[in-house]
Amino acid sequence: MDKPKLDRRHFLLGSAVAATAGVAGALGAKVHDGELGAPPRTYQGGVPWQEGLADAPPGVSGTDYKFFTAAEREFIEAAVSRLIPNDEVGPGAVEANVPFFLDRQLAGPFGRGDHYYLGGPWAKGAPEQGYQSRFSPAQMYRAAIGAINKYTHANHNGADFAKLSEDERDALLKDFEAGKVQLEDGVDAKAFFTMLLQNTKEGYFSDPIYGGNKDMGAWKMIGFPGAHYDYREWVSRHGEPVPFPPVGFKGRPGWNSET
Amino acid sequence: MATTLKPVDAVIVGFGWTGAIMGQQLADAGLDVLALERGPWRDTSTDFATGFAQDELRYMWRHHLFQNVSDDTLTIRNNTSQTALPMRHLGSFLLGTGVGSGGVHWNGQIWRFLPSDFLTKSHNEQRYGKKSVTDYDLTVQDWGVTYEELEPHYNSFDVLCGTSGKAGNLNGQVQPGGNPFEGSRSAEYPTPPMPQTYGPTLFGKAAAELGRHPFPHPTGNLSQPYVNNLGAQLGACTYCGFCEKFGCGNYSKASPQTTVLPYLMAKPNFTLRTECEVLKVELSPDKKQATGVTYVNSAGEEFFQPANIVILSSYILQNVRLLLLSGIGTPYDPATGQGVVGKNYAYQTMSSVNVFFDDKLINPFIGAGALATVVDDFNGDNFDHSGLGFIGGAYIAGMVTGGRPIEMIYTPQGTPAWGKAWKHAAAKNYLRSFSLSVHGSCMSHRGNYLDLDPTYRDIHGRPMLRMTFDFTDNEHKMSDYLTDRAAEIAKAMNPREIKLNRRIGSWSVVPYQTTHNTGGAIMGDSPANSVVNKYLQSWDVHNVFSMGAGAFPQNAGYNPTGTLAALAYMSAQAIVQQYLKQPGPLVQA
Repeated sequence: MDKPKLDRRHFLLGSAVAATAGVAGALGAKVHDGELGAPPRTYQGGVPWQEGLADAPPGVSGTDYKFFTAAEREFIEAAVSRLIPNDEVGPGAVEANVPFFLDRQLAGPFGRGDHYYLGGPWAKGAPEQGYQSRFSPAQMYRAAIGAINKYTHANHNGADFAKLSEDERDALLKDFEAGKVQLEDGVDAKAFFTMLLQNTKEGYFSDPIYGGNKDMGAWKMIGFPGAHYDYREWVSRHGEPVPFPPVGFKGRPGWNSET
Repeated sequence: MATTLKPVDAVIVGFGWTGAIMGQQLADAGLDVLALERGPWRDTSTDFATGFAQDELRYMWRHHLFQNVSDDTLTIRNNTSQTALPMRHLGSFLLGTGVGSGGVHWNGQIWRFLPSDFLTKSHNEQRYGKKSVTDYDLTVQDWGVTYEELEPHYNSFDVLCGTSGKAGNLNGQVQPGGNPFEGSRSAEYPTPPMPQTYGPTLFGKAAAELGRHPFPHPTGNLSQPYVNNLGAQLGACTYCGFCEKFGCGNYSKASPQTTVLPYLMAKPNFTLRTECEVLKVELSPDKKQATGVTYVNSAGEEFFQPANIVILSSYILQNVRLLLLSGIGTPYDPATGQGVVGKNYAYQTMSSVNVFFDDKLINPFIGAGALATVVDDFNGDNFDHSGLGFIGGAYIAGMVTGGRPIEMIYTPQGTPAWGKAWKHAAAKNYLRSFSLSVHGSCMSHRGNYLDLDPTYRDIHGRPMLRMTFDFTDNEHKMSDYLTDRAAEIAKAMNPREIKLNRRIGSWSVVPYQTTHNTGGAIMGDSPANSVVNKYLQSWDVHNVFSMGAGAFPQNAGYNPTGTLAALAYMSAQAIVQQYLKQPGPLVQA
């Protein structure tokens, strides 16, 4: 295992968090959290100087699953491995750690529907009216996984979705995508598929700080250099390969290392 | 019960671009100015610093800087036969909130509308006949203001932002290198245009070969450092590719934070209160004058803030709702065509063409919000519409704003959205493709309007705004014609293949299109056809001024910010020079 290193990016993020912790004291909570409503304030006489109040990104730590049950995790791995399969071109969604990303997203504010309006009354509406479920994303995943397994039990000899062959799973996912499957428990299969595919691509391509895009494998596959800050010298170098290996908010493997 | 506060000269409702401009102008005139913003304080070093600004998941997909719709959204439908349902998640447009609002996470595309755009009705009637402006139940109008009247105010915004560009028409003389179709400018851009990356350069070459007139997109992402007229300093853009939907960590994108606030916040006669949402404009018993506004803060405390002047400078959807909730002006009725508040809601008609190369590395991650080469040959009335069956047009831009991989991977026609084929197409094409944007006008239509929803209510118990909108045949025909023109340029670049993303079917709230909502509080030359006069002053309540793109009687084929900023400057000048001396209607009805 690598020993912990203090690289530049860790320092940038860490100093924001450390300064914040100093103000927050023993609570260790972020003082400035752009997601959390603030008390009313009055500003007069200048731009306020807010030392140490950077709204640092809410990265994840640990490797344990907080939302999915073991059975749900099997479903997710069986589904996302078909949405983005693994091969020599680049990592699959499972290899990129997308299931873990999804778990942490669903265990947090996104899963709770923090940026969804979920009030009633609820009607199905036209496709142009978009998402109309009462479910938060976490509720949607939980209900959909259960309903899909009920569906495969009835139509595939009592098997869970995760136990189906790759071809069978592909066929089912296509039917969900096309809105051809009626699920029980009030689950709109197409709405769930749309959310799952979007979230899978998010986990595949977002900064590794959120738990997916392991080793920046998805960025390497397409050639995206990540969160680079300055391309000025490359603007006029038309058509030349940009040789930067990808970099995330916490740097990249080997950055500032002894090797 | 509401606590009554000490009166102020002017209260500003909403603190984005127009709120900041009005705040600065009115505070400079010596008024005691209070701005109320429902969102939080935001600044570069704390909220979108370089160390973490380039975060696609957080800002774009988790809406970190956008309005949170969980306690206040609007309802939507395509036509009056449908039941409007809540927009439960942002999609088609990404509403701002907080200090700077959309001015923080815009692309920085700074346009002026064409002189003929301000005369949509009379100009087209004259050139193409009366039917051209009433076909498809269009309800287009003239603006009641001319390009010539607005020109000095467009210039004020350029000077504020340090806009990078090349004039195409300077004092009536067409200039090489700029947009030859633009209205006459009184001054060159404050800073030179951005150097173009590979994609826009290829586009410009191909367009010129076809006889079009390419020029660099005017931009608020600065090509070089700039100190503006208020002493605010902006830095040169570093092309990181995270503009639209993101805050700039580099002080390179013009925003209220980078251009106005360092100056305005220091003024002793200016106060800002954040986390304070205005619920209603309060009127005198005869409803001819506003007495102030009622607002509630994030602690749930309610206040009445008396004010001599009320500036409505929230986003258009909020401005229109506040007018309706406050009983200012007569609500529009699509059945009779009577009434004005909510009338002529319009949008932007977007399509695109993707180009894919085998032999050219586009490197799309080198980008900026307004980094593009543009042709304006088919915008507004820059071309002969005879026999085409539509009015309006679009600019076509070879544009590389960034290569953010969740949002901006283009795959060829017929590629599935997932699976091995999608992955291989993404890996093959990411570095070798880009998109031409067709940024079309949207005419106003009898059936497109805003009113109060009969069912859904926000967290304060107020009716939500209801949007009834669809693209009309005029817009579909325009967009098809323009998309074909873009495809010609795309093909002239000799790519391996192209993909046309036409504007098909009804408007949907799901895919992101653009946050260019317009109308509903439209300007005009008479109270019979408009909510505000040319100075954005309410015809009904003379001390209420309604800012923003809500004033557009229909939308032109350009990004709206330059024009709504110019209108704000013109309004401020009229308030300072005329209204303060003699409060009352600035235009006699």
